Amino acid sequence: MIEIKNLHAKVDGKDILKGVDLTIRPGEVHAIMGPNGAGKSTLSYVLAGRDGYEVTKGSVTYYGKDLLALEPEERAAAGVFLAFQYPVEIPGVANTTFLKTALNAIRKHRGEKELDAMQFLKLLREKTKALGMSDEMLKRAVNVGFSGGEKKRNETLQMAVLEPKFAVLDETDSGLDIDALKIVAEGVNALRSPERSMLVITHYQRLLDYIVPDHVHVLAAGRIVKSGGKELALELEKNGYRDFGVNEAA
Amino acid sequence: MATMTTTYSTRGADPATAPAFLAPLDHLRSGLPGAALSWVRDLREQGRERFAAVGLPTVRNESWRYTNLRDLGKLTFQPAVTADSDACFDVLPTVRPEGHGPRLVFVDGRFRAELSSTEGLPAGVELLSLATALTDHGDLVGDHIGRLAAADDRPLVALNSAYLADGPVLRIPRGVALAQPIELVFVSVGAEGRATSFHPRTLIVAEAGSRAVVVEHHVGCGTGTTLANHVAEIFVGEGATLHHYKAQREGGAAFHLSHTAATVAKDGCYDNFILTLGGRLSRNEVVSTLAGTDARTHVSGGYMVRGNQHADTTTLIDHAQPNGTSREVYKGVIDDTARAVFQGKIIVRPQAQKTDGHQLNRALLLSDTAEIDAKPELEIHADDVKCSHGCTAGELDDNALFYLRARGIDQETARGLLIGAFLAEAMEEIAEEPIREAFHSLVAGWLEEKR
Ligand SMILES: Nc1ncnc2c1ncn2[C@@H]1O[C@H](COP(=O)(O)OP(=O)(O)OP(=O)(O)O)[C@@H](O)[C@H]1O
Ligand SMILES: [Mg+2]
Repeated sequence: MIEIKNLHAKVDGKDILKGVDLTIRPGEVHAIMGPNGAGKSTLSYVLAGRDGYEVTKGSVTYYGKDLLALEPEERAAAGVFLAFQYPVEIPGVANTTFLKTALNAIRKHRGEKELDAMQFLKLLREKTKALGMSDEMLKRAVNVGFSGGEKKRNETLQMAVLEPKFAVLDETDSGLDIDALKIVAEGVNALRSPERSMLVITHYQRLLDYIVPDHVHVLAAGRIVKSGGKELALELEKNGYRDFGVNEAA
Repeated sequence: MATMTTTYSTRGADPATAPAFLAPLDHLRSGLPGAALSWVRDLREQGRERFAAVGLPTVRNESWRYTNLRDLGKLTFQPAVTADSDACFDVLPTVRPEGHGPRLVFVDGRFRAELSSTEGLPAGVELLSLATALTDHGDLVGDHIGRLAAADDRPLVALNSAYLADGPVLRIPRGVALAQPIELVFVSVGAEGRATSFHPRTLIVAEAGSRAVVVEHHVGCGTGTTLANHVAEIFVGEGATLHHYKAQREGGAAFHLSHTAATVAKDGCYDNFILTLGGRLSRNEVVSTLAGTDARTHVSGGYMVRGNQHADTTTLIDHAQPNGTSREVYKGVIDDTARAVFQGKIIVRPQAQKTDGHQLNRALLLSDTAEIDAKPELEIHADDVKCSHGCTAGELDDNALFYLRARGIDQETARGLLIGAFLAEAMEEIAEEPIREAFHSLVAGWLEEKR
């Protein structure tokens, strides 16, 4: 279970998160929507442990542990996964090498045996095929020269390989064509299980037709201002964020 | 050869440092090999005179602006003692997993026959020590030594000539292609409590149409201060190809100074790659002259320094004839308070039309106190040429580092992946796969050490 309590965070001296409260139980999928600049990505970075995001107040408890005290790699090993809104290009590091290093690091941390090259390739082929990705994309450097949609698929592939316990998907749907959206959503749904929780950040209710959330929240100006069921997303689609005291021009 | 009296300019040099470096010569000279050959005596004498007049270069010498030999000048070096003592190494470095093959081993600059082998070399290939050559093959070395490495404006070449005694000699006859690499192993041992110097001279003659791969390993053991002052003269004949790789990873008390001068005839190719990991202070000078039309040269490398190491790479590519191609790709990784220097000059002579020259030096600074001084220089006297150069210095990408860590990869491994990726562009310049692999492991070892 993930419990975010009264979370305040600063970036570059600027208060961005101003008291986020959110509890996600095992097996649940929560969606967060909200205007640009509300702090959605900031929340995801704080959860993943990015440098420069200073938590000034509040706590995040992850299965009884103080998540904020862990290094990013320890969080990943503990099962936290962030699908980046803007996946990073890493010239010179092959996608396969990257995935293998990551998976084995996490397996090692969990006390599992590391996979050898053959075992890993077999696993990777399966996952790649399921996501409609080409082998060629695996040989290339991580995200380098990938189209926007390919980068998002690559994020989904990483999630499928690493099998996290808590996945934060930051606008994984943006930039995807209609077919890709379905494929990625299927990939995400395949991972849904009673032990696994997800936090899906999106601007579009469309994604939530495929990945049906248990709860929908509105994050505005650094706070969760409204929570509801999946019908809240439909309501937002119709009315925008006006009702939440958000000046959309800002 | 007549001895001439010349007056030398001492600007950018410090003659006061000379006596300490030359003193040991007095009781050595008569015992040096080849004393019977007048050209050898002349070469030594000219070197001695030249160095006596100028001493070590100082930072006022334009070419030494960023590399200060002050610490070196303060030491009193003694020549290496005859190296037949038990050396402090178990396994000599090799790029051959099976370990057998032609190689020459030099300990503190002296040839060690019992560690060397010329097994498996095709008939006609000569691989021997200079000391032996000076005794038995005076003609072979006499035609070449001293022809490329000019002592006039290079005091350290002069010093090397003054001590000319030993080093590897390789001649690949016309049309012969060597199937396996030749390894040259230089071990710096030195002695406890005193500073030891040696001045190896390398000669490689790749005759027309020949092909060879030469791999140099420079390693160290022991804690004594050493000065290895290398000079190499390399002749690449018409249509010949010479791949010349070097890995320098001597210890923290090693000074490594090296001057390599190559000349490439028509259609020939000289391919040089230097990986610098070791030494307290190192300087690799590579001068490659495209002396025939349609000649090619690749002068590339990687330098990785940390602590208070200093690594200097100074290259000169001289396009003297038309249709030449040169390619230079250097990558450097600098940590802690280490400092690196890159000076790369390309000259295109008036007649060298249709020259294609490309130079790149990129440095990665891993700490706020790491330093790179880079000075690229193009001197183009022909009008129909294509020349480019680029120099950059940067840091590790924080975003990439976080991305890797967010996937469970620990910080040091993540840094290692990114550093390895950064170096890849240079490492890919190593055309021979087994050697690329071997050099990759050296880089991996360097990254490991940090942890
Ligand atoms: N490094 C930074 N320095 C200053 N302000 C920053 C920095 N990073 C983010 N911000 C600000 O923090 C606020 C929240 O940004 P965040 O990326 O979390 O928004 P978001 O809700 O994810 O928006 P979007 O829907 O556009 O992705 C924005 O106003 C942004 O400009
Ligand atoms: Mg965002």
